Amino acid sequence: MGIKNPPALAEEKSLFEGSARGEVAVTKSSSRPKRETAESMATRQKDIAVSEFFAKNRHLLGFDNPRKALLTAVKEAVDNSLDACEEAGILPNITVIIEDLQPDRPATTKHSRYRVTVIDNGPGIVRRQVENVFGRLLFGSKFHRLKMSRGQQGIGISAAGMYGLITTGRPMVIHTRPNAKKPAHLIELAMNTKTNRAEVTLDTETEDFPPSQYKVLSAATRAPDFLSPEDYRTGTSVAIELEGRYQKGRGSVDEFLELTAIANPHAKITFVPPSRVSADEQEELPLGDVARDATPAELAENQAESVKSGELLAPNGVDPTLTTIMKDGIIIFPRGTEELPPETKEIQPHPKGIELGILIQMMRDFEDANRGGGTLYNFLQERFSRISAQRAAEFCREIGAHTRTKVGDLTPKQVEQLFKSFQTARLPAPPTDCLAPIGVRQLLAGLLKGVKAEFYAASSRQPEVYRGRPFQIEAAIAFGGELPPNEPARVIRFANRVPLLFQQSACSSFKAVIETGWRNYNLQQPRGSLPVGPLVIMIHMASVWVPFTSESKEAIADYDEIRKEMKLALMECGRKLGTYLRKRQKMQREAARRDVFERYIGEIAKAINAINGMDADEIYQKLLEEARKRTAIADARLDENGQVIKKDEHEDLRQDDAVVMVESRAAHLQLAEGSATTSPDTNGVSDGEEKVSLKRKKKAATTRKKRSAGGDNGLF
Amino acid sequence: MAKKTTRKSQDDKRMKERDKATLAKIVALADTITEAAFKHGDISISIPTRSRANTIWNRKKRILEMGDNKASRELFNLNQAKQFMQTMLHSATIKELIEADKTSSLRSVFYKAKHTVAGTRENTFDTQEESDPILEDLEVTLGALREELHIFAENRGAMVGNITLIDKGDEIDCRRMGSGGYALPSIVEPDVIEFKKCEADFVLHVEKGTVWNRFNEDRFWEKNNCILTHGAGQPPRGCRRLLQRLNQELGLPIICLLDCDPWGHYIYSVIKQGSISLAFESSRLAIPEAKFLGIRAKDYRECDLSDAVKIDLKDNDIKRAKEIAAYPWFKENKAWQKEIQHMLDNGFKMEVESLITKDISYVTEVYVPERLKKRDWLD
Repeated sequence: MGIKNPPALAEEKSLFEGSARGEVAVTKSSSRPKRETAESMATRQKDIAVSEFFAKNRHLLGFDNPRKALLTAVKEAVDNSLDACEEAGILPNITVIIEDLQPDRPATTKHSRYRVTVIDNGPGIVRRQVENVFGRLLFGSKFHRLKMSRGQQGIGISAAGMYGLITTGRPMVIHTRPNAKKPAHLIELAMNTKTNRAEVTLDTETEDFPPSQYKVLSAATRAPDFLSPEDYRTGTSVAIELEGRYQKGRGSVDEFLELTAIANPHAKITFVPPSRVSADEQEELPLGDVARDATPAELAENQAESVKSGELLAPNGVDPTLTTIMKDGIIIFPRGTEELPPETKEIQPHPKGIELGILIQMMRDFEDANRGGGTLYNFLQERFSRISAQRAAEFCREIGAHTRTKVGDLTPKQVEQLFKSFQTARLPAPPTDCLAPIGVRQLLAGLLKGVKAEFYAASSRQPEVYRGRPFQIEAAIAFGGELPPNEPARVIRFANRVPLLFQQSACSSFKAVIETGWRNYNLQQPRGSLPVGPLVIMIHMASVWVPFTSESKEAIADYDEIRKEMKLALMECGRKLGTYLRKRQKMQREAARRDVFERYIGEIAKAINAINGMDADEIYQKLLEEARKRTAIADARLDENGQVIKKDEHEDLRQDDAVVMVESRAAHLQLAEGSATTSPDTNGVSDGEEKVSLKRKKKAATTRKKRSAGGDNGLF
Repeated sequence: MAKKTTRKSQDDKRMKERDKATLAKIVALADTITEAAFKHGDISISIPTRSRANTIWNRKKRILEMGDNKASRELFNLNQAKQFMQTMLHSATIKELIEADKTSSLRSVFYKAKHTVAGTRENTFDTQEESDPILEDLEVTLGALREELHIFAENRGAMVGNITLIDKGDEIDCRRMGSGGYALPSIVEPDVIEFKKCEADFVLHVEKGTVWNRFNEDRFWEKNNCILTHGAGQPPRGCRRLLQRLNQELGLPIICLLDCDPWGHYIYSVIKQGSISLAFESSRLAIPEAKFLGIRAKDYRECDLSDAVKIDLKDNDIKRAKEIAAYPWFKENKAWQKEIQHMLDNGFKMEVESLITKDISYVTEVYVPERLKKRDWLD
């Protein structure tokens, strides 16, 4: 007990308390001389800058290790770029470049110094805001409003810059061109963590945008379509040097970009990975479908295919032939749709979603704004959503106030009563035009582009409310095709179109997947775990305020309302998958059945010929006809339980806008044996048997189904 | 050789008629299928069922007979498609055999029809076990006997004794067969085997070759003026048919010496009443007059045998014994009910060979002669 508190520890403790409460910590005065006195401690108690706090606690922001730091830097920059492009109504073109600045380091050194550059074609940033945007923590346009966007707090990019500065001492280099007719600004800035202010070390103007230094990295970057000034007439380029570690696999930059591309099919993302990858764990891209190192011939074919399907495309359609490609070491996630997500509106808070303290603060703000003169009646109508004039008057009456009562004149008891009235009142749900869900079409477009499966289904729920905040859940699944058949399903999670890569099991969406009964949909699911099979499950939450479990935005907090919606969305997709799988199993059985018959018919025809001299071919044809007819009858006549089918469920799926089936990838249809049955893949494209049939409904020219035409290739 | 040819041409005449009939039946079968294929009818073959359910115990004749149940073997049925094909393949093979006037063993018919199905890695037949039942199906479907289909089984069983036969024109003196005996062919119809001269008073049929050797070595048939046969366990059709002919044509009693176990009882049942799978041939094979001489359950005490002869009854044996006791032809027979119950009460079975514990030739010199004298047998 006689041991003295180490001063550092004491200091840190008081710092926390001071900053948390915004007041001087009260310490017990002690009569013993050896102990600290309130006075002596007070000399060390001082204000701290948020930047200083986060510099010490960088793990809170996602910079806990070199590998994650690299990812977080990319993530923050890409999120900002996408937000900026969308707000300006520009289809995003984003180029991510990671350069290894110590390529000659020994093989044992796993981490290195990297330069991360993210270049977008967004609206750019006006000169006077550059320091604030990049050089200050908690400075942003997004924190003070209830509007759906990727970033929320305004911590991200400045924190990345700060991390770079701490680990390498190098400032951020920013090119930004807000006006296509004027030169770009070139600014180097370093953040002063003590003051939470940026220090500009270079401030000049340049015509060099996008920066030409990136054109000379490799053969591929010299190509004219790489970073062409046409595509980047305005925009911003941010370069940060940092200590990091580049690795493939789960939680990698590759995965992040891949998932971002899925959730943002309107964006074209180009990725130039570093020349050297950290030694271990050279996994493939997690969803494993990049046309790796395609030969020129293959690329030409690819392009030809794109052109061909381009002709077939409806203006707003989705191209199923688009896929991630890798060319000379550069990965291109192509744009899957030309449609920008709709503009979202900012909303006022809903009465049910606020806490008492917030209500009091809002009242004070309102008082200030009206120079002390605002009435409660006006306050209720102006500062909340979904309170009508009539309703406002009712609230006034309920707490014993007049409509002309000033906000400032309310007693604390009345305020509390108002708060209680909020909870019990029957109010309409908050407006939902503040949400921009990805949408069923875009979900499918994104998945089609990124996952090579045979069956896709998507579901977009109606908006719902948690704690007075509107949110909307979307889910999509991809099944079969080239996905690994016997592994647990992969869950990909998104919040406001941003992929969530870590803390999967803490996430509400993960729990929703586990709680969904996938066995009902003909999938295996061990008790209390993910379903097993060739399955990718995508869950997206769109909200004006996504409840993350931490500042690094890795998992969605587990609110019952949210989880329930997620489950409902998953069930909707699951039901469609179940229908498809049942049909698929039946087709498999039928194919096997027909296969058996056809196999023996030849032998039988020969035997009959040997006995009664009938023409073997003729008998063969007759029997074959009969076999086909019989298996076809079985197709149409009975379902699983031997019930007569009135309507073909599979046909329903074909008509469903939320479902895409790529039957050429359905491996089960390619019978192993028998020359009579060739897979549609091999003979389809060449002789035109395989058609891409399009549906062009007025608003839903969206889903497209690749299927082999005609039933006479022995498959249907 | 010349002599043989003339005999063959005589046979030919007889054969021709039967063969023509069989051929016509096979062609008719193929025609039905062709017709069905062109008329979009059901492609199927109607095959009489060879199962327990479709066997009828004819109390009057005291034999098992096949009932009228037929099963349809359909091409467009997953479980039957392959068998359908196999049936057709064998039909074609048999037609070829008849036309070429050759006979073939069960095994070579299997090989004849065995090949890979075109375009697959699947065999038309994988084992002979698959092929044999298909041939039996054809026998009942076409209503033709195996020999009419020109198919024979391996020779099995042997015979010695006071009888002279003509086998395909060759004279066989069964008194002079050495230690091996006359091997019983699978086809013993009158056109193949004729009885020339028989002096024997009865036939002693034993279960297997080892016992038969003991009797042959001791010249039992000579001393007791009989014919001695064995069927190598469950007697094949050739053996049963020959025994039946000896019984019916020559009026010889058939006395069986079998083990005292459910298997021995079953063999007796098959000889006497016919078997389930060949119920359609019972009238040619069954010998309702056959007697069961031993080994009897009482012999352990009666012959004062040592404990060495006991073989414990297993659960399976007990189950089987109860099944046999429930057969209608045993059920109505009090002596048999007693016999089986006695064995079950003993709790052990006994083999014929075990009598050697008394003396090497006890079975041939004491046991059988005494029982025959006393006419102590089960019927």
